[in-house]
Amino acid sequence: MESIAFRRKVADRTMKLLFLIAAILVVAPLFLIFADLLWKGAKELKWSLLTDLPHPVGEPGGGIANGIAGTLTISGLAMAAGVPIAVMTGIYLAEYGKGWLASTVRFCVDTLAGVPSIIMGIFGYVLIVLPMKRFSAWAGAAALAMIFIPIVIRTTEEMLRTVPHSVREAALALGIERWKATLFITVRTAWSGIVTGILLAMARILGETAPLLFTALGNQFWQSHLDGPIAAVPLQVFTYAISPYDDWHDKAWAGAVVLILMVLSISMAARFFTREKKWKT
Amino acid sequence: MAAPIGNIKDRLFERATAIFAAIVLGLTLLLFALLLRESLPALKKFGFSFVTGTTWDPVAETFGALPFIYGTLVTSVIALLIAVPLSVGAAVFINEFAPPWLKGPVAFLAELLAAIPSVIYGLWGVFVLVPLLRDHFMKPVTKLFGWVPLFKGPVYGPSMLAAGVLLAIMVVPFILSVSREVMATVPQRQKEAVLSLGGTQWEMIRIVIGQHCIPGIFGATILGLGRAIGETMAVTMLIGNRPDILFSIFQPGYSMAAVIANEFTEATGDLYMSALVAVGLVLFLITFAVNIAARLILKQLLARASRGI
Repeated sequence: MESIAFRRKVADRTMKLLFLIAAILVVAPLFLIFADLLWKGAKELKWSLLTDLPHPVGEPGGGIANGIAGTLTISGLAMAAGVPIAVMTGIYLAEYGKGWLASTVRFCVDTLAGVPSIIMGIFGYVLIVLPMKRFSAWAGAAALAMIFIPIVIRTTEEMLRTVPHSVREAALALGIERWKATLFITVRTAWSGIVTGILLAMARILGETAPLLFTALGNQFWQSHLDGPIAAVPLQVFTYAISPYDDWHDKAWAGAVVLILMVLSISMAARFFTREKKWKT
Repeated sequence: MAAPIGNIKDRLFERATAIFAAIVLGLTLLLFALLLRESLPALKKFGFSFVTGTTWDPVAETFGALPFIYGTLVTSVIALLIAVPLSVGAAVFINEFAPPWLKGPVAFLAELLAAIPSVIYGLWGVFVLVPLLRDHFMKPVTKLFGWVPLFKGPVYGPSMLAAGVLLAIMVVPFILSVSREVMATVPQRQKEAVLSLGGTQWEMIRIVIGQHCIPGIFGATILGLGRAIGETMAVTMLIGNRPDILFSIFQPGYSMAAVIANEFTEATGDLYMSALVAVGLVLFLITFAVNIAARLILKQLLARASRGI
């Protein structure tokens, strides 16, 4: 009898320990990655990184300024196209959507959200690069918008659904037309949540590399036209990382630090937005 | 009778939102149509042998995608074998054992893992994970167990194993968050019932969570599989990019996403390009099927939970 109780106790302790180890192993890579980023990125992390064009191999210095500008340009374009489409679709699904169109669109959103990002790159290539016969910021933006749109539709719909019906009814009871009530009361109420979704999607597309490989392509110089190849930070990190040169490897790490700071600052901004206002019923 | 003015504006606004929804439907169809159109030449030429052929030779214009399908599956399976036990264990720890002040931070850290761009995972993988695995795992293992076909040398570093381990780190946050969600649906009363009968906490977890959450954890696993299959950059940088079907996980391989990433810009000739898009189409269809399966499982489960069964 004694031994059974003992065995059960041992099993209990052992399993608890294993669960703890699993939890530690899950978060450990995060610390390792951040430590390596800071340690290996520090070497090339200077002001010129943010202000200069890339230098050729062997020539010290140089930066990724064109990549930063390019990333912001492509993501900005993707957002400009994506926000209206996604938010309006989200409004449709949450406020009006019934019947075949709504269920089909929901299915499409789920499908798009699961499509690997490299396939969105093929989409941008076939849709824009092939007909225009050159790589361009437009093609990169189209690929990123396809990633951006389903994420924002989902969060917009979810956020609108958290607005209690009493709020809509109160607005309608005051004699406000329904479209005004939707836009200025319901959407306004859920706005901080919608903005959070937009920011999180933005953070996601900022770091995307695969869809840009054969759409934006990358560029060693400044690009003033949107219909030509354009640089992007993730592409630069990739190119530097797989190159055989040590000084380029250092630049890859420094570029990665810049990239992660861009992504994290936007994610943090998103968290700040949700914390600001929480709807209470 | 003219409808009241507000009515018309209401209808216009509804129509406007519906038009945007229709655009999303159109974009999805366009994506599928473009993939199909561009891959048609390759599919016509090779037919079903495109997915069963083992030779990928752009010079001879022979395209069989099996090595890529194989590499994708092997790396994804390795990733899941590592990630599922870890994420489920961590989920149990966070939900059941962690003191309240620790829950938030651990969940936040897992969220951060999900926010790291995949090219940064790839960078870290190339310069930190691969040397680490090569010197402290793969080399000793081949020395001892080199006769096992699964661990056959020679050890290069970049390999299906390295890609799989990195993928595991990348899919953990997704499996973790779905597992936690599923575990949270277990009724508190059932847990208390086991404890009140004198069960230990581990017995409570084994009996209640085990019974309740297996389908949900399965759903989470399939969801993680969908992620792992489509991941491009990290795998491209670590898998070694060799279009052969090798049994040993210490050997380099190639994945569907990686071959598209590597060869798309240098594809000369229409058939080569078409074959690469066709690989994309196969990848699209596989992730599509996997994601539908995951959604069906999870939807059913969460619906059951909300009915209180």
